[in-house]
Amino acid sequence: MPRTLFDKLWAQHEVMSLGGSVSLIAIDRIFLHERTGSVALKSLQEAGRAVVDPGRVFCTMDHIVDTLPGRGDETRVPGGKAFIVETREAAAEAGIRVFDVRDPQQGIVHVISPELAIVLPGATVVCPDSHTCTQGAVGALAWGIGSTEAEHALATGTLRVDRPKTMRVRFEGRLAPGVTAKDLTLALISRHGSVGGNGYAVEYAGSAVRDLDIEARLTLCNMATEFSAFTGMIAPDQKTFDYLQGRQYAPKGEDWERAVAHWRTLVTEEGASFDQEIVIEVGELAPMITWGTSPQHAVPVTGVVPSLEASGTPREAYDRALQYMGLESGQPLAELKIGAAFIGSCTNSRISDLRRAASILKGRKVAEGVRAICVPGSMTVKRQAEAEGLDQVFRDAGFEWRESGCSMCFFAGGESFGARERVVSSTNRNFESRQGPETRTHIASPETVAASAIAGHLADVRGLAGVTPATGAAGAAANATAGRG
Amino acid sequence: MEKFDTLTAVAAPLLRDNLDTDAIIPSREMKSVSKTGLSAGLFAGWRYTAIGGRELNPNFVLNKPQFGGTRIILGGSNFGCGSSREHAVWALHEYGIRAVIAPSFAPIFFGNCIRNGVVPVRMPAAKVAALAAWVEQDPATHRVTVDLTAQSVSTSAGDMHRFELDDEPRAMLLEGLDAIDLTLKQRPAIAAFRERDRRERPWIYLDKAQWTS
Repeated sequence: MPRTLFDKLWAQHEVMSLGGSVSLIAIDRIFLHERTGSVALKSLQEAGRAVVDPGRVFCTMDHIVDTLPGRGDETRVPGGKAFIVETREAAAEAGIRVFDVRDPQQGIVHVISPELAIVLPGATVVCPDSHTCTQGAVGALAWGIGSTEAEHALATGTLRVDRPKTMRVRFEGRLAPGVTAKDLTLALISRHGSVGGNGYAVEYAGSAVRDLDIEARLTLCNMATEFSAFTGMIAPDQKTFDYLQGRQYAPKGEDWERAVAHWRTLVTEEGASFDQEIVIEVGELAPMITWGTSPQHAVPVTGVVPSLEASGTPREAYDRALQYMGLESGQPLAELKIGAAFIGSCTNSRISDLRRAASILKGRKVAEGVRAICVPGSMTVKRQAEAEGLDQVFRDAGFEWRESGCSMCFFAGGESFGARERVVSSTNRNFESRQGPETRTHIASPETVAASAIAGHLADVRGLAGVTPATGAAGAAANATAGRG
Repeated sequence: MEKFDTLTAVAAPLLRDNLDTDAIIPSREMKSVSKTGLSAGLFAGWRYTAIGGRELNPNFVLNKPQFGGTRIILGGSNFGCGSSREHAVWALHEYGIRAVIAPSFAPIFFGNCIRNGVVPVRMPAAKVAALAAWVEQDPATHRVTVDLTAQSVSTSAGDMHRFELDDEPRAMLLEGLDAIDLTLKQRPAIAAFRERDRRERPWIYLDKAQWTS
């Protein structure tokens, strides 16, 4: 019987069935960070259990660490320094590689893992972080877990997993200039709801996905968790292999050849069946922006705040979202003045994201009264951007240029945006108080954030000089240069 | 882990959809590398009158006297979405919550419940809403029973709803089992798997010299 990519990854990692739909699944890579990984390591050590194979475990400092220039262990997060210090100590005791505060390879877990080829096609990857699904973009089975599950993975090299159902989402056609992977994921979630993927492992496929470069694929898979999916994944192809080859933890020599031969088999076979299929034609899509407090509250940036009926949201939630966001039904999104603009996060902080945003910002200025911040996803991305002069483009436009980390996607570094401040953000969650108490977040692509920062209000990037298709040459160049170890 | 069999308790409705783990416990309330000491931060953004404060907001459901002793939460769809932080479940558990009844759960939150003795009960939205309406008539006496052996939610008014939970998570909750202990019994099978896998996919098994140098 023809098999899906997910079927193959599951079968290749199934140690044994545990009855019903639960199996013991072998875990190839474990990533930890100082917010949730720290407690897993500490608890494991307190229980007198050892990390079974520390060579396949990695840890980074991204969730609490400061992103201000000149940073050290100090942070404005209450008790934050203890998380950093205790994580460092526990990781050293366990013998695992830490991308520490001053490490030149430090960065956001889901940025550095692909950048260093820690995640590989066909690998199972877990991290106590909901956006671990990002890493499925290279053909891995990667999913977010809790800290107790992380302890289990560390102690046994396995997890007890309830097998999810399968869904394929096909994006067909060609993206218009200024429309990106971020807009694909927002379009999907807005049409099918924030619970649409609940219970499913989602494979993204179709001509528009094949056209995406690897960094754009990471953006697409990143928000599978906002779709409530178990994970998202994309079958590896030549672009994937070209992206990974030569990176620090990628297989070398004969191992590389063997690996690629194996990875080429990791595709969904013709005629394989999924529990659910969704097809989205992408040609007509516009840049998307959120209006409410769930990622499903997204519309084209040229649109208006939808009516209750058009919102697909129950009345109470709809009213609450509008009240929180300070909006009324029918209001054009593009007229909303912003107080801040943020480019960063595991969704959109890679070198290709920064290049595209910089091409919009070049020769332009952030509108008066708008605080604009750019936080590269890793120190490697930061160095690459600086080598290309992108930092100067951001600074000249009026952006703050930061050290890498999760930063103001949420409370990392202990910084927040203001109460009722309207923020356009390249991040993944517009939940109430996510970016600050009562902060009003509109999530969008980096180019839409850049265009809005210049305009001083939410803005359509199309028509501005400097707009390049997300799948264009900039992305290919990114793959050729950043992160080689 | 504490065993769960049957619980009859006050249930508090928090029916909004997409109730996220940032709302269950904000980042600023996770102040130490610990699984305990978190209940004071539970629903902090709603429960208190000011950010970082501890003055109770009298309008928040758990602060109302009639909801004293709440041990069950009635929730909306996609309950526990967002951040994977297990602190959300640790905070709920420490506060005394032992079951959450909702139309659907975010997958990581669902797993975290199972690992911490909190029963996640999936129940259609209309039934959760009806249950909430009944509870609100008189929360202190209109108590809800979650019976994990019978896989049922019932009320003293005689309503009963059966729910599904797979055998494995149900056994974990009923027996209060430690998943790591269970899995470690499979060491020989795991070792055999790894030995075969190492031959088939040697590139997965990293040499530590690769990064310690």
